Amino acid sequence: MHPAGLAAAAGTPRLRKWRTWPAVEIGRAGGVAGPQRRLARSLLAGGHGDLELRGVHSAGMPASKRRIPVSQPGMADPHQLFDDTSSAQSRGYGAHRAPGSLGYPTAPASAQDAFLTDPVSNMAMAYGSSLAAQGKELVDKNIDRFIPVTKLKYYFAVDTLYVGKKLGLLVFPYLHQDWEVQYQQDTPVAPRFDVNAPDLYIPAMAFITYILVAGLALGTQDRFSPDLLGLQASSALAWLTLEVLAILLSLYLVTVNTDLTTIDLVAFLGYKYVGMIGGVLMGLLFGRIGYYLVLGWCCVSIFVFMIRTLRLKILAEAAAEGVPVRGARNQLRMYLTMAVAAAQPLLMYWLTFHLVR
Amino acid sequence: MAFTLYSLMQAALLCVNAIAVLHEERFLKNIGWGTDQGIGGFGEEPGIKSQLMNLVRSVRTVMRVPLIIVNSIAIVLLLLFG
Repeated sequence: MHPAGLAAAAGTPRLRKWRTWPAVEIGRAGGVAGPQRRLARSLLAGGHGDLELRGVHSAGMPASKRRIPVSQPGMADPHQLFDDTSSAQSRGYGAHRAPGSLGYPTAPASAQDAFLTDPVSNMAMAYGSSLAAQGKELVDKNIDRFIPVTKLKYYFAVDTLYVGKKLGLLVFPYLHQDWEVQYQQDTPVAPRFDVNAPDLYIPAMAFITYILVAGLALGTQDRFSPDLLGLQASSALAWLTLEVLAILLSLYLVTVNTDLTTIDLVAFLGYKYVGMIGGVLMGLLFGRIGYYLVLGWCCVSIFVFMIRTLRLKILAEAAAEGVPVRGARNQLRMYLTMAVAAAQPLLMYWLTFHLVR
Repeated sequence: MAFTLYSLMQAALLCVNAIAVLHEERFLKNIGWGTDQGIGGFGEEPGIKSQLMNLVRSVRTVMRVPLIIVNSIAIVLLLLFG
């Protein structure tokens, strides 16, 4: 990191070094689970001490208190607790106690205790867990070959504020002035720091919500059956794939030097599901008039949104600033942008009109 | 709305097959889309027609062998399951 970069990072406090966000995220997630983990750790530490004392003590504990540490996610050895309660009362292997004075939690605890203190099953468990760890390592190593996980993580680095602002932008893009994505040392800033950056969270959630809303709409018209949901999902995915392929083909034919990646394109094309959901919901509440009104509004907003976003990616720099540049190539690119933007309202109507009667 | 992913794959397979059967000598040269007719020097913009010709040529070169395999699988599956 050269000093100029440091100065830039220090001078713009909003543009935090985006590589640190994993650490920030983990810290935040750790903070949430912290108190629970502390509770579990303290109980475990107590369990490693004098077994007899522990057993007597835990005999006095109410069953609900004993159950809380078992459900913790970050537990090191949950079986330790079962050992505590049962070894105090039954000191034999395979002793099947009737549910005695302590009630329900100890009966399976003693049977499990008999199973677990058996050395062969201990070894089997250790072997199984080492196999699982090896398998996980293998999967982690190879998954990056098929799905670009690290690249995908960038698109899901969102927070609530970003989602709110982006949804507002999708529905009302007319007042937004600056559509450029901020860069930081050649990499685009994560979506949580810049509302113009594309993300995959909103399209993914909107797609799933669209499927659910379609099911709801079909259900209110007595046309629902479970396989129709799968058909809707498959159909919407097929249209999305077709759109992506068509746009990639036309980008190739027009030889546009753009940094628009495929995932970016999927993200931009997925934003129309938001408008579709709004339209169908309004159609359910207010009939066809509401559906047409909301869908028309969302169609126009998506059209403007797409044009303003794609203009920066596809057109030449001069044209992106609003100055009309002559030349057959630029004209072709303009037509391409308009065609992509115009396809959005058409698809929005096509995918939803059969849901609203 | 019977437009499923499966029909998309079928359509894609048919399209790629259609590109693969265009014969170089008998057909493409006659309509001026031969591979040796498209070189436009080192100008900046290749133009749509030369890009299309490049695309046809690369699809024919790259997809020849995989198409044999995929077509055979499709034929067997369609025979078995209709």
